[in-house]
Amino acid sequence: MTVTEQSTNTVLGQRLVRKEDPALLSGEAQFVHDIQLPGALYMAIVRSPYAHARIRSIDLSRALASPGVVAAFTGSDLQGEWAQPMPCAWPVTKDMRNPAHYPLAVDQVCYVGDAVAVVLATSNALAQDAREAVEVDYEELEAVVDLEDAASDRVVIHPELSTNISYVWELSPDKEAVDRAFSSAAHIVSERYVQQRLIASAMEPRGVLAVPHPFGGEYTLYSATQIPHILRVMLGVTLGIPESKLRVVAPAVGGGFGSKLNVYAEELLAMALARRIRRPIRWHEERSEGALSTVQGRGMIQNIELAADADGKVTAVRVSLLADMGAYLQLVTPGVPLLGGFLYHGVYDVPAYSFKCTGVFTTKTPTDAYRGAGRPEATYAIERAMDALARKVGVDPVEIRRRNYIPSDKFPYSSAAGLVFDSGNYSNALDKALSLVGYDELRAEQARRRSSSSTKHLGIGISSYVEMCGLAPSRVLASLDYSAGGWESATVRVLPTGKVQVVTGTSPHGQGHETSWSMIVAEKLGVSFDDVEVLHSDTAVSPNGMDTYGSRSLSVGGTAVWLASERVLDKARAIAAHQLEVAEEDLEFKDGSFAVRGTPDRSMPLAAVAFEAFTAHNLPDGMEPTLEASVTWDPPNFTFPFGTHIAVVEVDEETGKVQLLRYIAVDDCGNQINPLIVEGQLEGGIAQGAAQALWEEAVYDDRGNLLTTTFADYLVPSAAELPSMEMASTVTPSPTNPLGVKGVGEAGTIGSTPAVMNAVVDALSHIGVSNLDMPASPQRVWQAIAAARSGSGSEGRM
Amino acid sequence: MRVSVKVNGRLYENEVEGRTLLVHYLRGVLGLTGTNIGCDTSSCGACTVLMDGESVKSCTVLAVQADGAEITTIEGMAQPDGSLHPIQKAFWDNHGLQCGYCTPGMVMATASLLKENPHPSEEEVRMGLEGNLCRCTGYHNIVKSVLAAAATMDGQTEAVRS
Repeated sequence: MTVTEQSTNTVLGQRLVRKEDPALLSGEAQFVHDIQLPGALYMAIVRSPYAHARIRSIDLSRALASPGVVAAFTGSDLQGEWAQPMPCAWPVTKDMRNPAHYPLAVDQVCYVGDAVAVVLATSNALAQDAREAVEVDYEELEAVVDLEDAASDRVVIHPELSTNISYVWELSPDKEAVDRAFSSAAHIVSERYVQQRLIASAMEPRGVLAVPHPFGGEYTLYSATQIPHILRVMLGVTLGIPESKLRVVAPAVGGGFGSKLNVYAEELLAMALARRIRRPIRWHEERSEGALSTVQGRGMIQNIELAADADGKVTAVRVSLLADMGAYLQLVTPGVPLLGGFLYHGVYDVPAYSFKCTGVFTTKTPTDAYRGAGRPEATYAIERAMDALARKVGVDPVEIRRRNYIPSDKFPYSSAAGLVFDSGNYSNALDKALSLVGYDELRAEQARRRSSSSTKHLGIGISSYVEMCGLAPSRVLASLDYSAGGWESATVRVLPTGKVQVVTGTSPHGQGHETSWSMIVAEKLGVSFDDVEVLHSDTAVSPNGMDTYGSRSLSVGGTAVWLASERVLDKARAIAAHQLEVAEEDLEFKDGSFAVRGTPDRSMPLAAVAFEAFTAHNLPDGMEPTLEASVTWDPPNFTFPFGTHIAVVEVDEETGKVQLLRYIAVDDCGNQINPLIVEGQLEGGIAQGAAQALWEEAVYDDRGNLLTTTFADYLVPSAAELPSMEMASTVTPSPTNPLGVKGVGEAGTIGSTPAVMNAVVDALSHIGVSNLDMPASPQRVWQAIAAARSGSGSEGRM
Repeated sequence: MRVSVKVNGRLYENEVEGRTLLVHYLRGVLGLTGTNIGCDTSSCGACTVLMDGESVKSCTVLAVQADGAEITTIEGMAQPDGSLHPIQKAFWDNHGLQCGYCTPGMVMATASLLKENPHPSEEEVRMGLEGNLCRCTGYHNIVKSVLAAAATMDGQTEAVRS
């Protein structure tokens, strides 16, 4: 360990290196693909090459005759396996349209990659060979790729729904106030932005291994998932297997970013086939296959309008979205845009608010959560619109923000959208970021370049963000028609030898929960960090949990660990008082030991208490043996991390190339348990957000073919594209949990996309470029410059 | 076809299908599952190993092409007593990994980079690792880790020399 000395009340806030790392660094960690199991069959999936087609017939005969093939099935062969269609847990309106969606399509395919048949063989290579031998006869139908075209119902994708509109969801607490603000506004900004579709690209592709156990009718599913607990419930419901007979294990999982927050066709197929064939079934996604078959992120057209007075003080925000659901509704597809629906006024004190989202089907891969899920989209829109307002009013982007921030003395702040922001100090983070970046000098340098004949333009982009995370208060989820709660559970168990086990319902896949939860317990119980073992991600070990997404794990799950530790301590105190024959009030707990006040030589270490609790020879009357406690914590509110990010870019007018020169991030996630982990989360998030601004896009052609199925086409950045980041923080604790923490897993992504795009537009604003869609590729930037130079407008959309 | 390969100092002889990729041989035949597969187009670098001291993406090499070669995988980096290689240690100390899936490849690519250029600048580290993708760290701490490893290994070399 880097830090060796620990005593009570000093563990939190230390930059401890992670206890997860040695297994990952040595290659010993077991991802799903690494689990060896004799007798397993490999599953290969036949996928539609058409975006929209009727299945006329499927011929499996050649595949069945291929070497090593054990079985092959079509959608109709397996239709009897499903007790229900695939689950969507978030019916956002009472009349939401949700087409029946099965793991294998039966009559019709609705996106390129839609699964139509499976082949099982004795090796992966043989299964893939046989997949090629499956013959499917399709009748091609028209693809529906463009969102506005989809909304027009020119071609209806699911005939049984008679429309492509899945739902219309509105949040307009006071529509008249919004109308009044617009009719009396001195300035109105009206912007249209496109959120391109993104591919999450966790480095570990998905994988599953379904294992039937002999005789008992029990099953274990190993899956590269973020949500073993939710998955277990959904497997039971969808397959008609009693949940009590199901065990789900998420072993080492190589990143998720929302893409593994789902119930996937392949998980259900592997389970159904394990049940049918009575052999273990495994499937390992190929990267190019995953581009089609794993949910994508973002995908929306945003219309945002700001009304402002003459000074640029925003008086109303009105938003209308067209959100791309893709071909079907996956686990939380319809809810993703709504998670941003409360936040389109950003960090600003806006009295009137109106939001509307129309969810539409297209013949593309379903969308669902991707890092930030709705909040990056909201932050992007408001932060770009604020820059547009600054240009309109004729003030600096910094000044327009200062004039509109929610003042720090207004927290807890009740927003016009109906949220209560827990705590914040937005100008504090801005001041720090400005000073770190050297704002005035940069503006002077920008002016110098503009007055010279330089073709390398400097751009400075600011983004002040707030987000709602820590999903979520269960009653709030109920009001949003979400089908589950938002609590988290923890068990803290002091073993007879004094070592500690923590059982958590969170399911880490890179976030370092083993380290952070150990720190929380070490802090509370005064035990060594190394003496705490964290158990997770296996429903047989940790039966109760709501898993990891929505920057919830620390503020909800970590709080449960803290409270369970507290409860353990309460019981230990009662035992120690009984043993030492004093009143509980006479004991003081310090450095892991109970000592009698004023008589410090009369003491009892926690390990001794745990042993007494184990033998149960001499416990207070009526007390149950063993020293452990479980807590299920339902948070009273979301947490609202915030910050200001500043991007500095150079745009080469001759090539359109954007170079990210510097990136400054000042983030506030309340108290930090482990700043090393906090910064790591932010840095990775910033890279992903910057990548949306500059490089990444899931590109579809007019026939609905995805053109970016490899890392050669879908530009996940490498180290060569990014600068080192300049990180700083402010600390405004959250009053909503005893640790004072806020989520940090998505904040970096939420803050960075608008900072980078605002920088690109800022670099070119003197040329007349004011609008530009993402990604700001050399081609798109060059065309925007050319259009602005030729005076034909600055739309730059293509 | 028959291959004879020395992997992490041990000689292996196996019969393989001609189309078997080195990564599938290492993982499937030898059970060395530390080398991960992250893509199918040789773009991500997760499967990077050393072949005769040079980094290769083991998904672009056929097992039979490795016949007679010496391969080092992530399992061969730590000392026999389990103590980590300075590169592994530097990644640990600098939080150069999160989910850890790209890490074996990143460590092997770093080994090759530092062999060719023991004193890289930040820029050279970034260019040198261009073929290895990470989705978690934003590379910030990976670059720090590599620079720290370079400093440590430099010190060790000096110590050996003196």
